[in-house]
Amino acid sequence: MRHLNKSIVVAALGLATAWAAQAADLKIGLVLPMTGPFAAYGKQIQNGIKLYLAQNGDTIAGRKVQIILKDDAPGTAGDVSKRLAQELVIQDNVDILAGFGLTPSAFAVAPIANEAKKPMVVMNAATSAVTTKSNYIVRTSMTLPQITAPVATWAAKNKIKTVFTVVADYGPGHDAEGQFKKTFSAAGGEIVGEVRVPVKNPDFAPYLQKVKDTKPDAVFLFVPAGEMGIAFMKGFQERGLAQAGIKLIATGDLTDEDVIDSIGEPALGVINSFHYAQAHKSAENQAFTAAYSKAYPNDRPNFMAVGGYDGMRLIAETLKKTGGNADADKFIEAAKGLKWISPRGPVSIDPVTRDIVQNVYIRRVEKVGNQLQNIEFDQVNDVRDPGKP
Amino acid sequence: MSTQLKPAELDPLRRAADWQRWEYAFWLLPLAAYFIFPKSLSLLSQIAITALFALSLDLILGYAGIVSLGQAAFFGLGAYAAGLMAAHGMGDPTLGLLVAALIAGCGGFISSFLVLRGTDLTRLMVTLGVAMMLYEAANKLTELTGGVDGLQGIEVKPLLGYFNFDLYGKTAYWYSVVVLFALFFLARRIVHSPFGLSLQGIRQNVGRMPAIGAPVHGRLVAVYTLSAAYAGVAGALLTQTTQFVSLDVLAFSRSAELLLMLVLGGAGCLYGALIGTAVFMTAHHFLSNMNPQYWQFWLGALLVLIVLFARDGVIGLLVRLRGWLRKSA
Amino acid sequence: MTIIFDGLASGMLLFLISVGLSVTLGLMNFVNLAHGSFAMLGGYVCALMLSRYGLPFLLAVPLAALVAALAGVLLERLLYRRLYAASPLDQVLFSIGLNFMAISAAHYFFGAQQQPMVLPEFLRGQLHFSGLDVGIYRLFLITVGLTLALCLQWLLAKTRFGAQLRAAVDNPRAARGLGINVERIFTLAFALGSALAGMGGALGIEILGLDPGFPVKYIVYFLIVVAVGGSGNIKGSLIAALLLGLCDVAGKYYLPQIGAFVIYVVMVVMLIARPQGLFNRKLLS
Repeated sequence: MRHLNKSIVVAALGLATAWAAQAADLKIGLVLPMTGPFAAYGKQIQNGIKLYLAQNGDTIAGRKVQIILKDDAPGTAGDVSKRLAQELVIQDNVDILAGFGLTPSAFAVAPIANEAKKPMVVMNAATSAVTTKSNYIVRTSMTLPQITAPVATWAAKNKIKTVFTVVADYGPGHDAEGQFKKTFSAAGGEIVGEVRVPVKNPDFAPYLQKVKDTKPDAVFLFVPAGEMGIAFMKGFQERGLAQAGIKLIATGDLTDEDVIDSIGEPALGVINSFHYAQAHKSAENQAFTAAYSKAYPNDRPNFMAVGGYDGMRLIAETLKKTGGNADADKFIEAAKGLKWISPRGPVSIDPVTRDIVQNVYIRRVEKVGNQLQNIEFDQVNDVRDPGKP
Repeated sequence: MSTQLKPAELDPLRRAADWQRWEYAFWLLPLAAYFIFPKSLSLLSQIAITALFALSLDLILGYAGIVSLGQAAFFGLGAYAAGLMAAHGMGDPTLGLLVAALIAGCGGFISSFLVLRGTDLTRLMVTLGVAMMLYEAANKLTELTGGVDGLQGIEVKPLLGYFNFDLYGKTAYWYSVVVLFALFFLARRIVHSPFGLSLQGIRQNVGRMPAIGAPVHGRLVAVYTLSAAYAGVAGALLTQTTQFVSLDVLAFSRSAELLLMLVLGGAGCLYGALIGTAVFMTAHHFLSNMNPQYWQFWLGALLVLIVLFARDGVIGLLVRLRGWLRKSA
Repeated sequence: MTIIFDGLASGMLLFLISVGLSVTLGLMNFVNLAHGSFAMLGGYVCALMLSRYGLPFLLAVPLAALVAALAGVLLERLLYRRLYAASPLDQVLFSIGLNFMAISAAHYFFGAQQQPMVLPEFLRGQLHFSGLDVGIYRLFLITVGLTLALCLQWLLAKTRFGAQLRAAVDNPRAARGLGINVERIFTLAFALGSALAGMGGALGIEILGLDPGFPVKYIVYFLIVVAVGGSGNIKGSLIAALLLGLCDVAGKYYLPQIGAFVIYVVMVVMLIARPQGLFNRKLLS
């Protein structure tokens, strides 16, 4: 009888200790545009996140991961994103805020990260100034100047003397135009024309005609990933600008794997610079793309999926370093200087700016098998964001 | 023959202007909400702000019969006015509201001349055109407005010098509700005044109005300006409670959703604006939480069902319900 | 010169996607803001037929129109019919609700990304004349648009159906008294409007793209054409669309700084000048 009592007590104590030692769930609040004009962004980023968890188990540093997703459609309304972040912090008690498909969303939520002292992992928003809005922000995507400068340098070195810039008339477009002009002119090139295209623009005809009439060596294009790029490229081919000897150079947004199939043949030969290509040759990318295609057969892995995937990787590696402690100050300290091999190549988090440092590749669109791919043929290593003040 | 109406004939109008019991009960709801939903104050504040915005549309649509798809123009003007003031050191909230009302009101006054004549469709498109042009202008002036990325550097001083805008949104909530109530009270008095009644006359039979001596154009300009000022105040409230201005405040979707909310609640009765907003935003919130990817389908289905079974919005439904209860009583 | 051609082609595309709304709004006085959803449906049918079943383009487009027409008939009988007497505001609420459902459904079935579209060989490229480069697909659009406008005009002015429709719209009671089946006429008219929408959506993919957000992205353009042209007026819609297309393209070429504003300025000016629309008599001019 005494034995039994003792063993019951021991068992009870054992259970109690185990229960106390079992750490609280790790709650990650995701703010992403899941509907509206940027629904494709949210889906890809979420896919990347889910893939990471499927591959590495849903426990990080002994804590079970709980993802709470909120749709901040349209994605450009800061008041909506801010309210959702407030709810995540107050109602759901999240430990980490993550996601952010577009810059206004990140800008609006930064003060919440500050006030509530939560780490904020930006997985897509690409304006330089985002990481300066709070000391608790880390970014795993890219910045626009970071991926624009290399193609300008490449162009200047490769017999392209005159360029006509065509950008979408909104903040990021102005940033891309500015960075390209700065880098290209500094490398000796000449900007012979520039035009800003309205974002709500169904027809590129007048702009393409203007470019054709000006006859530059190349036209630099920056438009948001989606139908604008498709319309431009189709028009570029239809109007025979390539036959007229004009090259097309762009940022990789234009030939994003998610849209390149909708462009089709007109995309062949376009030179662009970007940080991730599905066709990037590395063991990590091979594993990533194989697993992604299996999990999501209707989607192609693209830079947004990698942004989400690496965001989770960052969270996991950081928490391993802090032993599961998601306290904002400790988290950011541990995240600074973190290095790992991403499917895109080697990446690290700049200890001063908390922004991502990565390779930027110069690619050409080619047909591989029966798919269009961005094939890398040159690269710039460890590019820091040139857009920081 | 005396053309004066005898006092007894004015009684129904006077009675309508008195506050009913259910109205007192209605305004206890925001008070109760503070205690019942302490963790949802940011959603409730935004409902209050949007309700004020919807009120502005009801003044022109429900009472004067001007169909507008461009209220976001004035909402945005107010939002940017308050935002730019706060970003340049003049962050006092009440001052911001006044300036926003003034600027948005001016915008309304200037553009009112465009909506004086024409069919419903014409007015719809003209108001939409004005709003879209303002959107493109704000987008072009990225250095001033921040463009798509949004206006930052907004520092809103504590309300009345004392109440800080906190993370939980307590100050924001009371601020929004008090401003809403004050402006609602004013609107209510206006719609029951002779001016307000003349607006309804214009809506019902614009040809007749000059015959009884009511200056149609003058009234329309006045109510359009007032409504713009209301929308501007709502925009300023949003800026001050979120310390951010996105270009989205001028977007077509804001005007379109506003129209939806007002029609859902029932136009022409002021309370319809408040109820419609609360129903729409709450439904959106819950559906979005349940299904972040496909909530739009269910919200659309809800709207379709409501139209099929509840003409004239929720207010219409409540009125018919009351009539039915009275008959069976 | 090329710019003028491009402007006309752009206008013609606007006409093609908007004329259906002119029919339903103008002829039946129903504010059908879900017009864009019917166009989107036509677009997805066309894209699907081309990519998955390898149907030729010139077969896929009429098929898209047919499917949209069938959807129109179904929805008209089940839902729209009940709201003919409702206030315009209720009709707006209803049609936007339908839009939400259509957008979400398209997202669910087809994904959020752009649909790929490959034109057949004979519609690609440009023809070159001295001083003028003519895009073949744009020429195709202009031809189709003009033919359609002429056919519609003939249908409404010179056929029995057209006469019955005009009678049913002007005075339903009298029309019924003459033995005209008003309900059936309305269903057919709605089917026509939806078919036109579907065709416009299919023809537009090459230039406008296709994704679940199509209805809300282009709703402003439909409304602009119908408002400026005068609802119910085929000739008015055509002229308005061509004018707007020309101004838009020319504005963007010659004055790119204000390119985005041109279409709205032109619209507001025209609406102030002629608030009832370009030609303020219904159906014919």
